[in-house]
Amino acid sequence: MAHTASRKPPRVGDSPIFRRSLIGVVLILGALLIVAPLLVIGHEAFKQGWKVYIDTLSHPDTRHAIMLTVITALIAVPVNTAFGVAAAWAITKFDFRGKRLLLVVIEIPFSVSPIVAGVAYLFVYGLQGLFGPWLDDHDIKILFALPGIILASMFVTAPFVARELIPLMQAQGRDLEEAATSLGASGWRTFFSVTIPNVKWALLYGVVLCNARVMGEFGAVSVVSGNIRGQTNTLPLHIELLYHDYQAAGAFASASILALLAVFTIIAKVALERRGAGRRKTLSDAAAPTGP
Amino acid sequence: MKIRLDNVIKTFDTFRAVHGVSLEVESGELIALLGPSGSGKTTILRMVAGLEYADGGHIYFGDQDATDIPVRDRGVGFVFQHYALFPHMTVAENIGFGMSVSKVKREKAAIAERVNQLLKLVRLEGLGDRFPAQISGGQRQRVALARALAVDPKVLLLDEPFGALDANVRHDLRRWLREIHQELGITTIFVTHDQEEALDLADRVVILKEGQIVQQGTPQEVCREPKDAFVLKFLGDANRLAGEVSGGIARAGGAEIAAGGASDGPAEIYARPRDLDWSAEGPGVSATVSRVLDRPGERRVIATAVTGEPLELDVDPEREIAAGDTGFVTFRRAKVFAL
Repeated sequence: MAHTASRKPPRVGDSPIFRRSLIGVVLILGALLIVAPLLVIGHEAFKQGWKVYIDTLSHPDTRHAIMLTVITALIAVPVNTAFGVAAAWAITKFDFRGKRLLLVVIEIPFSVSPIVAGVAYLFVYGLQGLFGPWLDDHDIKILFALPGIILASMFVTAPFVARELIPLMQAQGRDLEEAATSLGASGWRTFFSVTIPNVKWALLYGVVLCNARVMGEFGAVSVVSGNIRGQTNTLPLHIELLYHDYQAAGAFASASILALLAVFTIIAKVALERRGAGRRKTLSDAAAPTGP
Repeated sequence: MKIRLDNVIKTFDTFRAVHGVSLEVESGELIALLGPSGSGKTTILRMVAGLEYADGGHIYFGDQDATDIPVRDRGVGFVFQHYALFPHMTVAENIGFGMSVSKVKREKAAIAERVNQLLKLVRLEGLGDRFPAQISGGQRQRVALARALAVDPKVLLLDEPFGALDANVRHDLRRWLREIHQELGITTIFVTHDQEEALDLADRVVILKEGQIVQQGTPQEVCREPKDAFVLKFLGDANRLAGEVSGGIARAGGAEIAAGGASDGPAEIYARPRDLDWSAEGPGVSATVSRVLDRPGERRVIATAVTGEPLELDVDPEREIAAGDTGFVTFRRAKVFAL
């Protein structure tokens, strides 16, 4: 490398010392901040052997927490996917009043602390809240039950799918849909055979990110779920509870499940990015002529 | 299919894109909507297609009022400016798309056969398995046309069909489109901002300005008898001289030109570079040569008249002339418009 560099005129920051120290700082910080905690989780989870690990995970409360998290994801992710697709479609294919406002509203969950969302749900659905008395009269339980957990998770993850789709669909424009319709395709047909195939990787990418966040969500859910062990504890809440009970092995074992989910998510994400999903420009160059 | 637009209006937000346009297109005719950007030509085309709804007026296909027929059922073939080929489908799938989504069910074999016919028509045999990203711009253009023709449209609409292609391909495709039109005899409307393309290809040219039709006619009519200065300038390079008309003669800087029908008073005189000539003696507009540009077919002389007005004229390639020469610009012919 050194002799190649000496032949070329030096660029900004191209001196070996600068380069090495920069790379070194990043590697050290990355190891300290990201890799070490993950390794600790793995180490702590298995410190007392496989048996304890399996036992902790097969504890009814832990199993219930895992189930609850999965159920929440199974409901929140499809709903948010539908919401994201509909929002992206509306924003990119139609012109209407309040379009910019809608864009801002969709982004709110990104900028608001999840705990604020949780508290807001308390005020809306809680006993002293807006719909609280009415819900109580009709014997509908939203807070401190599954519906509340799902609602809070959906609030926090509402933007994920839409955020992935909107830039891509904006770049693609309306031409393809117009072409399909002018050729006689119905709205659904156009959607499924023209729109979806052209955004499928971005859509999957959004779904993967959304899923990761739903499963890992702590703040908002912790406010609305009430932390009832074996009833309304999702996996992240359960981990916290175990930890406060000085059950380090159990906490780390449960945490390892979440970490594992995260690793799968990353793998899926990288695989999808290879397919052209994500923020990069992915529109096929079919529209741009490359010469005769 | 005969197309008739009756007083069609379109407004976007507060911008009035099309002001009461009425137009008749005879069955089998090939017409060009020609105008600068913002003249409403694409909006008119999209309204004929049903991709945009008219705010006022009617559009008739034959005797049928098509104004409110949705694009899906209107039976038009639309070729988009950037082709809008489906990037995830092969060329053959693109061409067959209209047939496979049609309410009239066709067998796969029948669709495949028709796709092959169309590939042959647009001279792309053997490219059916390629994806749009794997073929050239000119080929994509032809796929887009084949796809539009596959649904047996009553009308073929093309938005800037050659806009994204380089000059040579453009020239060939133009001739080729004319041949296809001759062969199929389908009523065709295309939009362009390129006057050469419009004059080259169309039976009739409709010139638009700010959402209104300024003039329509055969290429010969619009070239020889431009209705006003806008049409004249839009169709090609032209010199403008301020002048004065009296008794049927226009005078400008020592030159005298027949004024045509222009009424007495101040007028503007337009002449194309080919309509002017250079001579050592008058009568004519006294001028000084500032530059000479050599081109394959002629020498373009850039001169300044004594009045300060810039003039451009074309002289024969053999003509000896250089910057700094003084002499007279004479008129072979010119158009005079009263102010």
